[in-house]
Amino acid sequence: MTTRIGVVTFPGTLDDRDSLRAVRLAGAEPVSLWHRDKDLHQVDAVVLAGGFSYGDYLRAGAISRFSPVMETIIEQAKAGMPVLGICNGFQILTEAHLLPGAMLRNNHLHFICREQKLRVENAETAWTGDYTAGQEISVPLKNMDGRYVADEHVLDELEAEGRVAFRYAVDGEAADGYGNPNGSLRDIAGITNAAGNVVGLMPHPEHAVEPLIGTGRTDGLPFFTSVLKKLVSA
Amino acid sequence: MSLDTVKNATETPDASQPWKELGLKEDEYARIREILGRRPTGAELAMYSVMWSEHCSYKSSKVHLKQFGEKVPQNDAMLVGIGENAGVVDVGQGYAVTFKVESHNHPSYIEPYQGAATGVGGIVRDILAMGARPVAVVDPLRFGAADHPDTKRVLPGVVAGIGGYGNCLGLPNIGGEVVFDACYQGNPLVNAGCIGVMKHEDIHLAKASGPGNKVILYGARTGGDGIGGVSVLASETFDDSKPTKRPAVQVGDPFQEKLLIECTLEIFKEKLVAGIQDLGGAGLSCATSELASAGSGGMRVELDTVPLRDATLSPEEILMSESQERMCAIVEPQYVDRFMEICEKWDVIATVIGEVTEGERLEIFWHGEQIVDVPPGTVAHEGPVYHRPYARPEWQDALQADDAGKLPRPQTSEELRAQVLALVSSPNQASKSWVTDQYDRFVQGNTVLSQPEDAGMVRIDEETNLGVAMATDGNGRFAKLDPYTGAQLALAEAYRNVAATGAKPLAISDCLNFGSPEDPGVMWQFAEATRGLADGCLELGTPVTGGNVSLYNQTGETAIHPTPVVAVLGVIDDVNRRTPMAFAEAGQLLYLLGDTAEEFGGSAWSQVVHDHLGGMPPKVDLGREKLLGEILISASRDGMVDAAHDLSDGGVIQALTESCLRGGNGARIVVPEGLDAFTFLFSESAGRAIVAVPRSEELRFTDMCGARGLPATRIGVVDGEEIEIQGEFTIPLAELRTAHETTIPALLA
Repeated sequence: MTTRIGVVTFPGTLDDRDSLRAVRLAGAEPVSLWHRDKDLHQVDAVVLAGGFSYGDYLRAGAISRFSPVMETIIEQAKAGMPVLGICNGFQILTEAHLLPGAMLRNNHLHFICREQKLRVENAETAWTGDYTAGQEISVPLKNMDGRYVADEHVLDELEAEGRVAFRYAVDGEAADGYGNPNGSLRDIAGITNAAGNVVGLMPHPEHAVEPLIGTGRTDGLPFFTSVLKKLVSA
Repeated sequence: MSLDTVKNATETPDASQPWKELGLKEDEYARIREILGRRPTGAELAMYSVMWSEHCSYKSSKVHLKQFGEKVPQNDAMLVGIGENAGVVDVGQGYAVTFKVESHNHPSYIEPYQGAATGVGGIVRDILAMGARPVAVVDPLRFGAADHPDTKRVLPGVVAGIGGYGNCLGLPNIGGEVVFDACYQGNPLVNAGCIGVMKHEDIHLAKASGPGNKVILYGARTGGDGIGGVSVLASETFDDSKPTKRPAVQVGDPFQEKLLIECTLEIFKEKLVAGIQDLGGAGLSCATSELASAGSGGMRVELDTVPLRDATLSPEEILMSESQERMCAIVEPQYVDRFMEICEKWDVIATVIGEVTEGERLEIFWHGEQIVDVPPGTVAHEGPVYHRPYARPEWQDALQADDAGKLPRPQTSEELRAQVLALVSSPNQASKSWVTDQYDRFVQGNTVLSQPEDAGMVRIDEETNLGVAMATDGNGRFAKLDPYTGAQLALAEAYRNVAATGAKPLAISDCLNFGSPEDPGVMWQFAEATRGLADGCLELGTPVTGGNVSLYNQTGETAIHPTPVVAVLGVIDDVNRRTPMAFAEAGQLLYLLGDTAEEFGGSAWSQVVHDHLGGMPPKVDLGREKLLGEILISASRDGMVDAAHDLSDGGVIQALTESCLRGGNGARIVVPEGLDAFTFLFSESAGRAIVAVPRSEELRFTDMCGARGLPATRIGVVDGEEIEIQGEFTIPLAELRTAHETTIPALLA
């Protein structure tokens, strides 16, 4: 049986097609999920894609978490189903309290779109198994509200439990593409829950899955192959 | 105010009407009375006034724009020509592409964020209304002097507006321009382009035919924003003495637009519409009169059914409102339920506001009383046509005689080096990534090339790798020196940019930005530029599919430089064959294609080093442009070049700087025989490009150029970490990068 990976479309979701493509290129069966539909249609994992769900006029992700589809996703995520939140998806996961912390407006107050270097800190989550810890990857970053914040004790806990999944890479020169792009605390770009099945990050691996398109790199594809392997071997 | 019905208008022929305040001239008002055989009602007057405004009726430009329909090159690609929301061209494999560039200049000066944002929204709906899925946007922008305090107000607002709106729509921003010149101080040019893709059979036209078919208004509720925007804003010159016009700028809601896009595409997919039109300038007045007149003519609208954001709006205001994110569809009765279901799915409000009727009149009712009864064609298409006087300005000769070739040139290698750094760090030549990094260029996952590449390119079919490319160019300095040549140079540059990426140029759209048509000198510039463009398109074989005219870009007596902006659309069979601009491989050979003459009139060098504008612009040889294009396309297709960069403003040194920095490689350059280093580096002769050729391909490439008669001069090799002009100077890449990349952030951040 093929592995089915769902991608949710909320009103205002933008990167759903990209995520469906990434799922397909990784070898899984992409399944579109609709925000009003509680039914997850037997998917084995879920991607919450980037965008501006419901316009993000209140607070990024604040309304989406109350949508019917999220009810089931929250329930399933707690039961161990792999869930990946990218950008707006990450914001939704924090609003849904599946991941701690929150995203504030970038410290420079501008939308920023660039290729971003990341360091993989945890290569043992459901979505990062095909990376090695310490590996440096480059994927697009594009957001307005990308500054990760949390209480000091939460940050300490994340660090202690190895739950910082990605950091904005700061080794090497501080030129474009390196370094913290938005003032995120402790250079955090992405985190995981304690069980390792729920991962959220601000940069966009789904935009880096084909050699010709976008950045011209495929550094994002292992997200999708990782979860596929995990599901097949489970 | 009591309701001004048709009955009332007939009974009170002498009631005074605010035609003047609505921007109509006396003879225009008289003409309306003549058409109707009575005085117009308030609602009719509102409709005529907005539809006969310069912005909607093209009354000053029409007589010149006609040429684009007359001088049509033989080109099988045209599927839908000028006159529809946007032109459509065949790109092969059953695909059609629609594209257009429009201006949102005046609103963007008054309210930079919303002006620019709604400019993006408007052009995207135009493309959508043709039946296409929008796949990319581009933004050619022009601002006042980079260091002028007001530029710091206007530019960040415009950029944030384009980003804030465009990024929320999920459309990659793949190109455009950012130009600074004091002439745009009070009149920034905010042009916006969009590309859409569809299958041939999905082309939708804006017409209402079939009596009994329903007229459905869907999208945002109608509010008081933008009332009279077209007539007030786009058609008059700014004047400090008048009260502020801020309320006339519309306010955008990109989330609503995103829903409208997805909803409309789903409606198209199920083939539920017989005709469709977006609501932009002149709102419902425009949509109803254009739809009706393009169909059989008859339409009845119950205006009181229009969902409102502000319940106090009068019928006249509803007709004139330019509230954003609205569309109007003509739907056969049996499809109405399904249409409504899809709108409900996307949380889009949809209302049947009327139906297509047997007659030839557009009739609008307000709570049962008739307030409009007009032949729709007279509103939509029979606006006034002006043959405005035009005359070559008396200063033109003196300007052209002020030859830039006489300007002092650098005397030493040190001076040459210093001028190179001054050029590449000048605001116009410096990196614009501070701007473009605020736009999403990755979304949709099909972006093959984006700024700062010569042209943006997106894949439109994942199976076959079919792609389209677009470049926009315009050089107001050249056009000021000679509008005919300047327009052709804009065309040639955009054409060359598209060809440099390996795509075949197919067709163009234009955005013609000029001063007041009431000034004969400006009208002459306009007449010359349109003539140049039409002649150029005929010679290059690229038809004009549509576009936009923006007049009255002037403050007091001072007009902007005439600025025709040209967008060229190209097609590439396989995006894997695209040619980027980066010198990515050390050891590759650099060839200069074309001829270099001493041409400095209007050049970046003359502006940066001497703050000079005079002389003649570079000569245009469109036959040469075509040949260069063919060579670049063949070289891309057959894998003979790994990089290509067109030469335009800033000349050779600018292109070398950009390609070296992009690839992270230096270059060792030899000044070709017969040229001095200064001319070689700074001349802006047209019809040229630099290519990087792998050594294994050198012979094949030079043979091809030789056989087809294109001069190809080996000028050096990709190598090292500096640009070395042998016998003159070297500049380390790090120094070059700092010069090129820190200017804009320092000015604006």
